[in-house]
Amino acid sequence: MWACSESLRSPGQSGAFSPASVFGRRRSGAIESGARAVSETETDRPLRTTPLHALHKSLGARLVPFAGYDMPVQFPAGILKEHEQCRTKAALFDVSHMGQAELRGPGADAALEALVPGDIAGLGRDRMRYTQFTNAAGGILDDLMVTRRADRLFLVVNAARKEHDFALLKNHMASRGCSLAILADRALLALQGPAAASVMTRLAPAAASLAFMSGADLAIGGVPVFVSRSGYTGEDGFEISVPAAAAEALAKRLLDQPEVAPAGLGARDSLRLEAGLCLYGHDIDETTSPIEAGLAWSIGTRRRAEGGFPGAARIQRELREGPERKRVGIKPDGRVPAREGTEITSAGGTPVGKVTSGGFGATAGGPIAMGYVAAASAAVGTRLNLMVRGEARPGVVVKLPFVPHRYAKG
Amino acid sequence: MTKKFTKEHEWIEVAGDTGTVGITNYAQDKMGDVVFVELPKLGASAAQNQQIAVVESVKAASEIYAPVSGTVSAVNDALVKEPQLVNQAAEGAGWFFKLKLANPKELDGLMDAAAYAKFTAESA
Repeated sequence: MWACSESLRSPGQSGAFSPASVFGRRRSGAIESGARAVSETETDRPLRTTPLHALHKSLGARLVPFAGYDMPVQFPAGILKEHEQCRTKAALFDVSHMGQAELRGPGADAALEALVPGDIAGLGRDRMRYTQFTNAAGGILDDLMVTRRADRLFLVVNAARKEHDFALLKNHMASRGCSLAILADRALLALQGPAAASVMTRLAPAAASLAFMSGADLAIGGVPVFVSRSGYTGEDGFEISVPAAAAEALAKRLLDQPEVAPAGLGARDSLRLEAGLCLYGHDIDETTSPIEAGLAWSIGTRRRAEGGFPGAARIQRELREGPERKRVGIKPDGRVPAREGTEITSAGGTPVGKVTSGGFGATAGGPIAMGYVAAASAAVGTRLNLMVRGEARPGVVVKLPFVPHRYAKG
Repeated sequence: MTKKFTKEHEWIEVAGDTGTVGITNYAQDKMGDVVFVELPKLGASAAQNQQIAVVESVKAASEIYAPVSGTVSAVNDALVKEPQLVNQAAEGAGWFFKLKLANPKELDGLMDAAAYAKFTAESA
């Protein structure tokens, strides 16, 4: 079931469930496909596992294929409760499937700037930044986090794109006398929620003074970890890079804290959607520019002026003239979710765009969606129709995020 | 009262010429948290296996099919405010609608509880 569900599909996979073709068709939704262990769109390769796989099973996780990994989509509590846990206390996510790597060499900053529109040269020690790999057409190849460590840049990339990204980086870095080291033996845990800071402070007092989007080498239970104050849920939280061999013990220690419960990819997706954050392969892809995607904030003034990254011409033009289409937040009027692929029309019925992420926002209290619409239809307050199962369901463009961010201040 | 099951994980409990229809506990468990149920209109008629309702869980929508032909004589309004009833009591308070049966003989082709249990065990 979950292997075919809209928002969890790795980019490149076609879904068995297509909202437009549901009407009158035999079921291909949540129940039947759940009974198959592996989606038929997966390759025959056995699924990879993270260092927490055995722990997930022992906790009763429902595991599904995601980006070639056997990952928990939910635990027995269920997606709604896990989502609520993250917004009220603290939720622990295993994101070890994502790619972790380090770039070294005197020219590493300049080398990376040749691939991304972000300001890397200006990134301070132990600070982190969000940026994208772009292509010559100004589209996005992946989005990533970059952190400056003492003598290297630490990168975290999406699981479904890590093979692509590492190949891109390897060739690129080597030609500039820099090196790429893939950190294959590290796990990555995300502890997210208003109680995350209390928990981390209890386990590693120095964590309390970490500013948002900064990191530090800490020790938890004697194990050296790299902790950053960052995340993908809109809440305050921490991402912890830990040696694989110590990952299970660390996860158990965190889960032992009274405020912490495990959460899976289902909750992770509904949380990031409420936070208005993009998911690669859905809200951003090789056809979307960072400007269309509403990510211009991640491109600083120097890089806007100088360019020097793939697709700069289109990106600079869109900065000057505005893009033709824009990513927006959409709130359906009623209770019917408008999911990925849903056609969007103007109130008068003219096609204006498509939903790229959609579902149910537990904190927002109803269905929410993001999609691209023609620039003329992108203003907050624009009335739209969402074509769900052949029927026009009214909705409205709203400001993102659907739920306010609560990142650590100061 | 006869309770029968379909391969699409619907149940129908028949008393006289009326059947109450819902999805099974197996189905609600597989689909996860239900956030919305699109119920048929009162008086709508459906042929056996015709799509008659939609269940939206957090992750996906699932079609619900009429287990037998009939006319909708009642819908469970409680699901409007509390779609989670489907998860909490799929084979009780989480019922979807009642059908006035057009052709009771169609029930013969459905599974009984034992056959359905075997069917779901084999699908796992």
